[in-house]
Amino acid sequence: MAEKVLEVRRLSVSFDTYAGKVQAVRDISFELKRGETLALVGESGCGKSVTCRSIMGLLAKNAKVEGGEILFENRDLLKLSNSAMRSTRGGKIAMIFQDPMTSLDPTMKIGKQIAETVRLHKPVTRAAAKQRAVELLALVGIEEPEKRYHQYPHEFSGGQRQRIVIAIALAADPQILIADEPTTALDVTMQAQILDLIKEIQKKTGASVIFITHDLGVVANVADRVAVMYAGRIIEIGQADEVFYDPRHPYTWGLLASMPTLTTNDETLYAIPGTPPTLIDPAPGDAFAPRNPWALEADRLAEPPLFPVSDTHFAATWLLDERAPKIDPPESIVLRAQAFRKRQSERSASL
Amino acid sequence: MKRWSKYIGKRLFYMALTLLIIASATFFLMNVLPGTPYNNQDRLTAAQLEMLNKKYGFDQPLFQRYINYLKNILHGDFGISLQFSDQPVATLLSQRMGPSIQLGLQAVLFGTVVGVFLGVIAAMHQNKFLDVFCSLFAITGRSVPNFVVAVLLQLLFAITLNWLPIGLWNEGFRSTILPTLALSISPMAESCRFIRTEMVEVLSSDYIELARAKGMSEIRIAFSHGLRNALIPLITVLGPMTVSLMTGSLVVENIFAVPGIGEQFTKSILSNDYYTIMAVTILFSALLVAVIFLTDILYQIIDPRVRVEGAK
Repeated sequence: MAEKVLEVRRLSVSFDTYAGKVQAVRDISFELKRGETLALVGESGCGKSVTCRSIMGLLAKNAKVEGGEILFENRDLLKLSNSAMRSTRGGKIAMIFQDPMTSLDPTMKIGKQIAETVRLHKPVTRAAAKQRAVELLALVGIEEPEKRYHQYPHEFSGGQRQRIVIAIALAADPQILIADEPTTALDVTMQAQILDLIKEIQKKTGASVIFITHDLGVVANVADRVAVMYAGRIIEIGQADEVFYDPRHPYTWGLLASMPTLTTNDETLYAIPGTPPTLIDPAPGDAFAPRNPWALEADRLAEPPLFPVSDTHFAATWLLDERAPKIDPPESIVLRAQAFRKRQSERSASL
Repeated sequence: MKRWSKYIGKRLFYMALTLLIIASATFFLMNVLPGTPYNNQDRLTAAQLEMLNKKYGFDQPLFQRYINYLKNILHGDFGISLQFSDQPVATLLSQRMGPSIQLGLQAVLFGTVVGVFLGVIAAMHQNKFLDVFCSLFAITGRSVPNFVVAVLLQLLFAITLNWLPIGLWNEGFRSTILPTLALSISPMAESCRFIRTEMVEVLSSDYIELARAKGMSEIRIAFSHGLRNALIPLITVLGPMTVSLMTGSLVVENIFAVPGIGEQFTKSILSNDYYTIMAVTILFSALLVAVIFLTDILYQIIDPRVRVEGAK
């Protein structure tokens, strides 16, 4: 088993708003291993971005860490001073942002924006930083990097700009890359290219990646492990195959069922009924219970703990309690799992 | 380079056209003004009037005078002043332009630099004490007329402390300090307010967030990424502000007894000094048009997104 590079323990983050205190992240724990890609999946407002911003130390001013710790290199990132956090942020932990069209300073040459980051974290000369920036541009697949070093963001397409944002993230050889929906703002062909690029870079640099997305198609493409978040909690976490083909939480079922596949025959696509709860004074019990057709009485009374499904797979639903009635997942999930097992056995047979 | 010269040529042509239109409009409007340049007309006989009119060319039809005037301007002849014992207007103005332009430029330079600095500080401490302080200053600066500030400055620095001359234009730079300060209040307040608004917007943009994610300190972010972007819109305001300060410092010039151009202008209007009115109008317009042109050029140098039409 690869070693841990990052461990989030019982993290809770809330926001003070006029309406009240929003509990955006509620007691989540997970770890990230060296060289792996962990996908944080969930719909808007489930707390996935807040989790990552806590790791980066980039929370909004009205955010408050209620508890927990984020361990990196034997230190709790939440307790670091501003200046110590600055050398970690962008240096050892870097972030790729969602919208490449607005993430680059429009008035600064892109090369300089990369070189600037190199110099922030490494004691190198201007010339060396420039050289490094050109190398990075080449690494992320920008052609004629020497020439393009001197161009401004508006002279690049969206996909190219995202490559540049990635180059900035790589400037100081980070151990952890946090990609916050890096492909959401791009068209589909670009998405595939950027995903390939991130995978390729990960292979070359051995960095760990936390990949935030609401797109399960993207997850299937990149993730080693998947954590599904709902209403500020991780409700299911496991190896990508386990979550995709043997999901246990009804919310994961809903998410998967609402994703079209090549074998989907139905005229209409499944949608999870209802909307996520507001996180101001959440009701007791499982936050997903009101939308959950399989909800048990217990779901409304107490929040379910993460039940182990395997050594690596956990799900927070009372359905996994030994006292719970046996419930079969919806048909589409079963079909998906069967198709997967068939492919697996075919593959192993052909080997 | 060729694109630039083409662009500049085109702009110069439009500038000339603008000036021609302004000059023409002023010329005809001015002739609608009641009264004549002669302040003792009642005592003049018909023969004397006819003689004067002939001397100054007022006996010719309006349109003919217009053509003549334009011709003369092209030869650099702005006519003679009717109020100051027949001095050439050009000489009159050139003697008076220096102090006005110097004061205007100094005030804009000082006012903007201080104002921008205060604006950045305010934006970085949004809704905290420093921000409120800077905003209060900006509001005060915008609402208190500069002649009030001028008198207060005189009282404090010239009379009470006796550090600086109270007026006149005879001690070199020392003479310029108080009028410059008085004039700089408005650009200072204006740019403080402007930069604060821009910076608050810029500081919440994605590329600033990216700069934070790079591990940059807040101060470096504000000055290297923030200000750069916030300054661009300020340039558009700055140009006209400079011109209005160079030309519109009439009251302040009077208070400090500065021999500037503003005073000249009012006098010439009151006495129907046609050629001086024309010359000052053309001068002001030319300054304004030139500053707008320079602003556009500057804009293109600072903001890479704005490029000469047809470039790329």
